[in-house]
Amino acid sequence: MIEMIASLGRNTLARLEALGRSGLFLFHSIVAVPRFRSGFPLLVKQLYSVGVLSLIIIIVSGLFIGMVLSLQGYTILVDYGSEQAVGQMVALSLVRELSPVVTALLFAGRAGSALTAEIGLMKATEQLASMEMIGVDPLRRIVAPRFWAGFISLPILSMIFSVVGVWGGLLVGVDWLGVYEGSFWANMQASVDFGEDVLNGIIKAIVFGFVVTWIAVFQGYDCIPTSEGISHATTKTVVYSSLAVLGLDFLLTALMFGDL
Amino acid sequence: MDQLDDIIINIDGLTFTRSGRYIFKDVSIQVPRGKVTAIMGPSGTGKTTLLKLIGGQLRPDAGRIVIDGQNVPTLGRKDLFDLRERMGMLFQSGALFTDMSVFENVAFPLRVHTDLNQSMIRDLVLIKLQSVGLRGAAELMPSELSGGMARRVALARAIALDPDLMMYDEPFTGQDPIAMGVLVKLIKSLNSALGHTSIVVSHDIQETLSIADYIYLVADAQVVAHGTPESLLAEELPKVKQFMQGLPDGPVPFHYPADDYMPSLMHPEGRR
Amino acid sequence: MRIRTLELGVGAFMLAGLLALVVLVVNISGLSLSAPQQSYTLYALFENAGGLTVRSKVAMSGVTIGQVTAIEIDQEALMARVEMKINSDVDYLSYDSSAAILTAGLLGEKYIGITVGGEEEMLTEGDYIDDTQSSLVLEELIGKFLFNKVNEE
Repeated sequence: MIEMIASLGRNTLARLEALGRSGLFLFHSIVAVPRFRSGFPLLVKQLYSVGVLSLIIIIVSGLFIGMVLSLQGYTILVDYGSEQAVGQMVALSLVRELSPVVTALLFAGRAGSALTAEIGLMKATEQLASMEMIGVDPLRRIVAPRFWAGFISLPILSMIFSVVGVWGGLLVGVDWLGVYEGSFWANMQASVDFGEDVLNGIIKAIVFGFVVTWIAVFQGYDCIPTSEGISHATTKTVVYSSLAVLGLDFLLTALMFGDL
Repeated sequence: MDQLDDIIINIDGLTFTRSGRYIFKDVSIQVPRGKVTAIMGPSGTGKTTLLKLIGGQLRPDAGRIVIDGQNVPTLGRKDLFDLRERMGMLFQSGALFTDMSVFENVAFPLRVHTDLNQSMIRDLVLIKLQSVGLRGAAELMPSELSGGMARRVALARAIALDPDLMMYDEPFTGQDPIAMGVLVKLIKSLNSALGHTSIVVSHDIQETLSIADYIYLVADAQVVAHGTPESLLAEELPKVKQFMQGLPDGPVPFHYPADDYMPSLMHPEGRR
Repeated sequence: MRIRTLELGVGAFMLAGLLALVVLVVNISGLSLSAPQQSYTLYALFENAGGLTVRSKVAMSGVTIGQVTAIEIDQEALMARVEMKINSDVDYLSYDSSAAILTAGLLGEKYIGITVGGEEEMLTEGDYIDDTQSSLVLEELIGKFLFNKVNEE
């Protein structure tokens, strides 16, 4: 019993310590905003590998999720004779909820794990240490561009996800199931509000981008530099960021839409 | 010690522990300027740790590490990075940046720390690569290099800024005899040509003896002996003798400390 | 060459993001780009404004001409006072126009439908629409229907 309580305490302390370390780490990397001249090419490179290379998975998933939403929504709504509301249903669920959340989850799996593995491997092969010895802060040179790239990419990916999803919904709803296109758009535009829905969705994506990239780069930087440690850190990135995204999503939704 | 006159690094009363175990206990080492100093000792005695302590990547529990009047453990982040610009370190694995070509690897310190224009950087990089004999490999990626070549490129990168102090972490381990010979020659010739101070951490006796001016022998968290290669070879202290001549058993036991052999075989449940 | 594709890729990515934002704004949320539009405020008192919300549209002959900006209880009349903003270019609502709370489809949203009357004088900033028709409340409707049935028998 005593042993159990002690181990609980030990665990809590270790967690708190890791949290503190990651906070400090984040502070140092954010303070290390890349200087424009030398930092910009690094940022572009990371935007490419983090953002551009994630496009395919985002577009394909967005398309399918939009199509499924449209199909499911239609079969329910048609019972009430309001199948023209399918556009509004697809758009609202995408913009408010699914785009930021699904994008963040996919992003954690696709880009987050890659970031962790890359930084972890750099640590294991002493690249980070040798960079430090050359007199270059790896937080500034390695971590900061990756962090900013993730932070910038996720909202963009999420917006693209929304648009592609609505297009998928349009394909299924209008072209296949025969909902009148005019009412599809009109219903959507009448119910989706820019400030309330679109902007809140983007804010969610920004928050998720921050958290997911933070977790990914920290896990890489903090990993035990062995092959086992890296694989463990990669797993942790995906698990922690998925949990964080889902938990934060509830919190943000309650804050944004809770009083409606 | 005979070169007491010009000391570049003065380590005094250094104590460092890792998870409750002493890695260094009250160790004092002086490194003379412009010479090759070797730190030798069996594996696992924290020789690499010593280099990291000198580079300020780890902080000691007690003691001073004074480089040219600056005490490394008390330096702030900024001063530390400034100091590191004057140090070069060759890592055991080479630690080349895998996403850059050989040329870019060597150019990296120059680009970060100097405002030289492209053509000057190019010239400097080619000079450094020429000095390690790899000018022809400038456009290769690190993954295309053999282990020995990677280490030579890393060496070229480490000397790119003409450091005052070069640190070599196990430069000979895992190299074939030819690559080893090349590295020995390079360390020796670079040291005399560029006039910097070198610290070589190694347990390869023959190679180290051939280049070192002065040797510290570290074991059991302490300096066991120090002196010129000749004086250490003549040393009669059993610990020194065992290491220098590579005997399997002696004062440094073959067995890791354990409880009695027979009882632990007879009663397996007695242990853990 | 590698650098070029890299920069091109990132540039296209940023452009795609911007485009997505524009589509979200214009096509999906239907926000008009010529915002903020000039408008004037009208009020209307309703017996029952159930189902109407802020941002509900105000339409004339099915064309949106404005939106509801506030709904509150009028302390004197003890009725729901609806504040709406009407686009400035719609300046031909006569003084005797009527406002009704209508429903778009069976499950659709409530909106205010305005029917123009015949007076010469036009409604201007801060005026009240006097002729109003409240939301249909399903329970009342069913109640009336049953009452009539009972009376018939």
